[in-house]
Amino acid sequence: MKDILSSIDDCRSWLAEGGMSVKDAAGEFLARISEIDKDIKAFAFEEPDMVKARAGQIDGSPDNRRLRGVPVGIKNNICISGALTTCGSHILDGFRPPYNAHVVDLLLGEQALLFEGMNMDEFAFGSSCETSYYGPTRNPWDTARIPGGSSGGSVAAVAAGELAASLGSDTGGSIRQPASMCGVVGFKPTYGRVSRYGLMAFASSLDQIGPITRNVADCAEMLEVISGYDKRDSTSVNVEVPVYTDSLDSDIKGLRVGIPSEYFIEGIEGDVKKRVEVSIEALKGLGAETVEISLPHTKYAVSCYYIIGPAEASSNLSRYDGVHYGHRSEKAEDLRDMYIQSRNEGFGAEAKRRILLGTYALSSGYYDAYYLKAQKVRTKIADDFREAFKKCDCILTPTSPTTAFKIGERSEDPLQMYLSDIFTIPANLAGLPAVSVPCGLDGKGLPVGLQFMAAPFDEETLIKVAHAFERETGFSKEKPAVLK
Amino acid sequence: MENTGKNIITKETVEYVARLSRLSLDESETDRFRGQLEGILDYIEQLKEVDTEGTLPTTHVLPSMKNVFREDKLTPSLSNDDALANAPSKKDGFFKVPRVIKD
Repeated sequence: MKDILSSIDDCRSWLAEGGMSVKDAAGEFLARISEIDKDIKAFAFEEPDMVKARAGQIDGSPDNRRLRGVPVGIKNNICISGALTTCGSHILDGFRPPYNAHVVDLLLGEQALLFEGMNMDEFAFGSSCETSYYGPTRNPWDTARIPGGSSGGSVAAVAAGELAASLGSDTGGSIRQPASMCGVVGFKPTYGRVSRYGLMAFASSLDQIGPITRNVADCAEMLEVISGYDKRDSTSVNVEVPVYTDSLDSDIKGLRVGIPSEYFIEGIEGDVKKRVEVSIEALKGLGAETVEISLPHTKYAVSCYYIIGPAEASSNLSRYDGVHYGHRSEKAEDLRDMYIQSRNEGFGAEAKRRILLGTYALSSGYYDAYYLKAQKVRTKIADDFREAFKKCDCILTPTSPTTAFKIGERSEDPLQMYLSDIFTIPANLAGLPAVSVPCGLDGKGLPVGLQFMAAPFDEETLIKVAHAFERETGFSKEKPAVLK
Repeated sequence: MENTGKNIITKETVEYVARLSRLSLDESETDRFRGQLEGILDYIEQLKEVDTEGTLPTTHVLPSMKNVFREDKLTPSLSNDDALANAPSKKDGFFKVPRVIKD
């Protein structure tokens, strides 16, 4: 399949050369998706008529905005008015939100052509995209393997050249970990940088929306479009948004890159370690300085996250009870029974597991021992980073300890699954911006990702270092067989 | 992960937490979740090693964050029709639910 969407710029040229209407282009994109996606299943479902209607609206406008006609996928937990939005869950069957998420308004304002239905782990609970009610998404590099998760559909669609870019959400690594496993760029902005208005809440103190793209320049452009203050999200921060694309093509001579020993642990695959070590040398070659740093509380991050995440989720998911929207059980005899039966039938196993864990951690007698303790450890983890950023400008780590594993390999062992987010969780706990960029392939030909983290609101440093690394190594140009 | 056996979660505890969560589990689900929760809680046990004496809990990662107020003024919001558009059951402009008390 010809790779017409290898970058947003490529897509713009393709649209300009073809001289066609956005509606005609939408037809081409939809045909392309039908062909590629039968093996990938990046889409939980498609709504071609809605896509064509949006294309018609763009055609009807005299404006020529920066993303005119560029196909962008929206993770199915971000609301598009009138579009089916089910969070990969049976309990939201048929739900069509009556409003747009803030980021959706911003993308529509730039005339991006939006595609709904990107598959995801149910309520973003998962690291493999296997817990979706609609079935698993497959990794474009090896369809027997998971794409990572939870934003697996958003990521796989970009990696397979079905869409030029997409939005995901990242609570513990849900953008960066799949980006790493599918060989694309995934960015989690600082907590508060991008409005969460219209994002269905998983863990409100950790969730953040971010872009998934084929390269760093596209990432900077998408980030520029979606960032900014929004009064409808009370945790949105009113600070100026830099022109991120101005940070591209920067010199990184003298940039201090922190290397935390705690991230190079047992359990990390040999090839992943090797690729990261080679990457460190490449950065040194560009004039960056490496600094050894210590983040001593790293090993507690997963535990801390698996208290705070489920606790907040159990509270956020209490709203799904069959009253206002989504699935309602037919079996119920009275109101209370309707809540229980609707939830029983509507939630999958991982959602139930997290609701139970979170409810337990918040329940009387356990609150101090679990939730409060986890929040104190969270302070320690954030303090580690504050100390570290006195010595370095950004921190480099692997994004995930392994490359993509096989479908079904970890689905019976929740703890093993949780540990695949061990390197991405700390940035969420500390609210930091972080990016995953491709850094080559392992011995099986699967992509490895390199993660950079920076201090709050210093997205620019991440764009600079990621772009310099990408230019030097060219790993973002590698693509799966379907695009060759 | 090795089960260190520090936490004992009984079937009754799982049933109690399920009740609080408005879930009702069948026998096999209860049994499976019981074991899995025990394993996860044993892993989480490591948090106890961390000395948090005098450490304040993080309720919000950005220290600059303050409560947000707005004036108590009416602003445009969803119409009744829009708000009810997704309702599984409705009547006369309201959400309709089964009776609260059984016959």
